[in-house]
This record gives sequence, C-alpha cells and structure tokens, in this order.
Amino acid sequence: MKFLKLKRLFWAAVAVLALGVPSIHAADISLLNVSYDPTREFYKEYNQAFAKHWKELKGDTVTIRQSHGGSGAQARSVIDGLDADVVTLALAYDVDAIAEKAHAIDPNWQKRLTHNSAPYTSTIVFLVRKGNPKGIKDWDDLAKADVKVITPNPKTSGGARWNHLAAWGYGLEKYGSEDKAREFVSKIYANVPVLDSGARGATNTFVQRGLGDVLIAWENEAILSIKELGPDKFDIVVPSISILAEPSVSIVDKNVEKKGTKEVATAYLEYLYSKEGQRIAAKNYYRPTDPEIIKESEANFPKLKLFTIDAVFNGWGEAQKKHFADGGEFDKIFASIKR
Amino acid sequence: MKWQFRKPSVLPGFGLTLGFSLTYVTLLVLIPLGGLLLYTTKLSWSEFGAVILDPRVLASFKLSFGASLIAAVINLFFGLIVAWTLARYNFFGKKIVDALVDLPFALPTAVAGIALAAIFAQSGWIGRLLDPLGIQIAYSRAGVVVALVFIGLPFVVRTVQPVIEEFEKEFEEAATSLGASWLQTFTKVILPSLMPALLTGFALSFARALGEYGSIIFISSNMPFVSEIVPLIIVTKLSQFDYVGATAVGTVMLFATFVILFLINAIQIYSREKSL
Repeated sequence: MKFLKLKRLFWAAVAVLALGVPSIHAADISLLNVSYDPTREFYKEYNQAFAKHWKELKGDTVTIRQSHGGSGAQARSVIDGLDADVVTLALAYDVDAIAEKAHAIDPNWQKRLTHNSAPYTSTIVFLVRKGNPKGIKDWDDLAKADVKVITPNPKTSGGARWNHLAAWGYGLEKYGSEDKAREFVSKIYANVPVLDSGARGATNTFVQRGLGDVLIAWENEAILSIKELGPDKFDIVVPSISILAEPSVSIVDKNVEKKGTKEVATAYLEYLYSKEGQRIAAKNYYRPTDPEIIKESEANFPKLKLFTIDAVFNGWGEAQKKHFADGGEFDKIFASIKR
Repeated sequence: MKWQFRKPSVLPGFGLTLGFSLTYVTLLVLIPLGGLLLYTTKLSWSEFGAVILDPRVLASFKLSFGASLIAAVINLFFGLIVAWTLARYNFFGKKIVDALVDLPFALPTAVAGIALAAIFAQSGWIGRLLDPLGIQIAYSRAGVVVALVFIGLPFVVRTVQPVIEEFEKEFEEAATSLGASWLQTFTKVILPSLMPALLTGFALSFARALGEYGSIIFISSNMPFVSEIVPLIIVTKLSQFDYVGATAVGTVMLFATFVILFLINAIQIYSREKSL
C-alpha cells in the first residue's frame, strides 16, 4: 500500500500548506447549516456577513449551504446521516435528540456557548386580522367559544411546542394549578380548526386561506408576515406573559471532526454573538442577547413578562415527556375533546 | 387444467428473464419491506398491541381505509363513465380531455393538495358557494375524500378504457336484436366483460389512496381522532424519533393492504373465469 501512504503524505502536505500559509493558499471551505423553517431570511443574510468576516480574518472562502424544514424532521435527517456541520434548530430538545440517538453531538453541548447556546431568542405572540375584530388581548381570549385559533401540531412542529407551553405557563400563572392549566389549554385546542404540521404551514393557513381569527406564532414570523403582506391586513397582539423561546445552536461534533471543519464551524456559531451577528438577528426580528444591541433595537420588541422553560417546566426533557410524548398532555387533551 | 411451473412459450429466455424479475423484485420491494418487518420485531407483542390499539391510531386506520374505499367507489363509477365516453364517442377536444385524465399521475401531489384546499376553502371559488349551504369540504374528512378521488381517477380510466375500446359492438347489437333492453344489455353483456378491468382499476385506485400523504395534509385539518390519516401518524411518530412505533403502524398498513389487494385479485380471477 505504498501508493496510499504517498497519497496521504501528499494531502497532509497540502493541508499544512493551506493552514500554515493561509494568505497565499486560501482554501475553499463548505459548511452545511441545518436549520428550521422561519430562519430562512435571517441565515441568508448572516451567511454573507460571516463569509466576509472569515475572508478578512483568514483569507479562506466559506460557502454556507442552508437546509430548512420542520425542526424535528431536520434533526432526524442529521440522525440519519445528513452531514451537517452546524445545527441551528427551534428547540434544545431536537439538538438533544441528535446527541442522544446518534451520539453525533457532545451531550454537554448547551454549556459550550453562552446563554444556553441560544444566541438569539424569540417569543410567542398573536397575529390577528386588521383592527382585531374579536378584541383579542391576552391568552384567555383564545379560550372564548367564538374565537378560532390557528396553531400547528406540537407533535410535528417545534414552534407549536413553544405555543403549547406558553399557553400552559399562562394557565399555571393565572389559575394556579396543573388541572386548571390543562382545562384552559383544552379550551384553546377546542377552538383550533386545522392543525398544520409546521409553523410555516400554519402561517399560510391563516394568511392565504383566511382561516381563523388568531394565529399563535413566533414573534419573528408574525412581524415578517406583516412586513411581507402589508400592515393593512394584520395586527400583532402581545400577550401579558409568554415564554422565552430559545432556539439552540451547536456544531455537530462527529461531522466537523470527520470533515476537519471544527474551527470554522465553531467560529460560525460564535460570530452569531458578535455585534454584527446580533444586529442581523435583530434586523430579522429575533430578539438579540447582547445588551448593547438590545438597547439599539428596543423599539422593535415590545416588553412583556417572559418565563423560561427551565423555570416553569424543568427543562425540555421533562416538558417533552410530560406534554408531547405518546399519551402525554397533548394526547390527553385531544382524547377529551374528540368531536 | 394441469398445473405447470413453466408454461411453454415460443420465445426463449425463460430462465434468464425469471431470474432477472425475481432479483429485481427482491431488491426493490422485498428487501425494504423485509427491513420494515425486521424493525418491527424490536417490539414485544404487548408493545406492538399498545401502539396499534391506541385509540388515536385506530381512528386514523378507520379514516384511511374508509376514505380510500369511498374514493375508490366514486372513482369506479365516474371513471367508468369517463372511460366509456373517451372510448366510444368522438367529440371536439377529446384529445385534451384524454390528456387531462393523466394529469393527476404527473402532478406533484402537494401541488394538488394546495390547489384543492385553495378552491374548497371557505374563501375559495367552490368553497364560497358551498359555505352558505353549511357544506365544508376543505379541512374536514370530506376534503380527504376529494383529494383521494382526484389522485385515483386515472387508475380506473386507464385500466377500463382499452377494454371498452376492444369490446366488440356486435355483442351489444346482437343483444339488442334479440330483444334485450338497454339495461339488460348493460348489466348482462357489457358489465361482465368489463368487470376484471373495473376491479383492477378499483384496486389500484384504492391502494394508491391508502398511501397518499402529500395532498391530504394540505386539505385535511389533520385533527387527531377526526381527520388524521395513517401516513400522518407515521410521520408524526418519526418526528418524535419513535422509529419502532412508526414501523409497527407501517407493518399493519402493509398487511392490511396486502390482504385487501389479494382478495380483490381473487374476486377478479373468479369473475374472469365466470365470464369466459
């Protein structure tokens, strides 16, 4: 196998040259970012900024390929072998699943980056028809009998899980017990005419098909819908209290080690925390975490009381098991409102 | 008739072609399905039962088989009319109608689903007219049937049409000249010879409907216990990383479909022998 050895030597030499003298031998690097649906516009802009930043810093050309879909389905693709360098998903649970099922991510991933590996956050708000004809102000208005609510299926949509937990958290806070919270959330689900499988699907049902009085949505999706479809059609209603949605990011250890892209992939995620990264996030209606950028973009994000999943539901692992697993709260609710 | 493994043929190459066919079918069909079964064996019988007998899963089985059956029956009836018209009459634009029938074959089903949902939604062209009458098609079980009728239509038309084209008119003329009414001619002469083709078209349309996913999720409201089809249950289980549960449901679907298709084929063979 002398030939193989020679070949390896050759590539090693190339690698040394490429890494050691970057200004002369710039490398072409390709990254795959596997993300969820509503981040399309954000990452399109961020990828360009990062490529420019990396070019200036190291002289290498980075091309970032994007993949979007339902958060759970995207996680499953990575588990099944999609060679993602980084995942930027809707919830920590989906990243945990990759760590657990495929052992492709370090189980301690959430501690590797600041803010629980959530460089930007969002929350859950309501999108209503212009003028708010049903007078929807807060979560309890969604439980009224004459209101039709659009929200996707939390079993298939990451965003819908945040919706479900936000409503549940409100129920707990307002009515004081688990049973009362369940009753409250059941009333909301009884008002749901269509359960789409993903957040974008639900937005389309509400916006294009004209179904329902209120769409429970990611804040960034709601603002985006208004910007794209005209402020004369919809209004955003911010409830008194909602959940702090923390979309999580991580490198996929197994893949970056295999492809030798660990350095650039890590830098790609860390740059999300930089002023520029934060500014782009804020521009795409994600709530930034950097204090300076928070101040800068204050006007775009109304203040409301936000609770975290760790504080109210003891983290994703428990929330998932209790609420969304087969036979969990969601299933119980639908078994009881069978119509 | 004496049973023979190998029927004599003038063309050579029996061994080669049989070998090829078996390998081909094994690679494409048997191995993937075998994998499905193998995966299911990870479950004990009681776990398997718990997955399958879950009320939500049972409700979806009822919907999937029920809606597919209704859609196949509708297609059987209207498909026969369309096939008859195309085979027997010449009219302006016949070629276009003929081509339109094949459209559901080629159109991505998601496109079909979105288009149907847009038309039948309360604000859509047809939905707007039906809404005052209290009829809701999109986002209900009826929507599921509509989508399945759409995708199943060409199967009946394309299997029945050639048989009608080859059917000799002399039989009908003979029946009429012997004093048969048009109804008698239809039920006693035409229908029996069309039966095998009709059953094949019915079976194909039914089988296709059972597996349909793309168009349904757009026109159904996807409500648990109400309008959730089996393929959606499978996808839901997959997105919860419950691979084994998903394969269990898939396996039941496979067996049920196999049994039903086998029965339809048996009836078809029986009716063919009877009509000869």
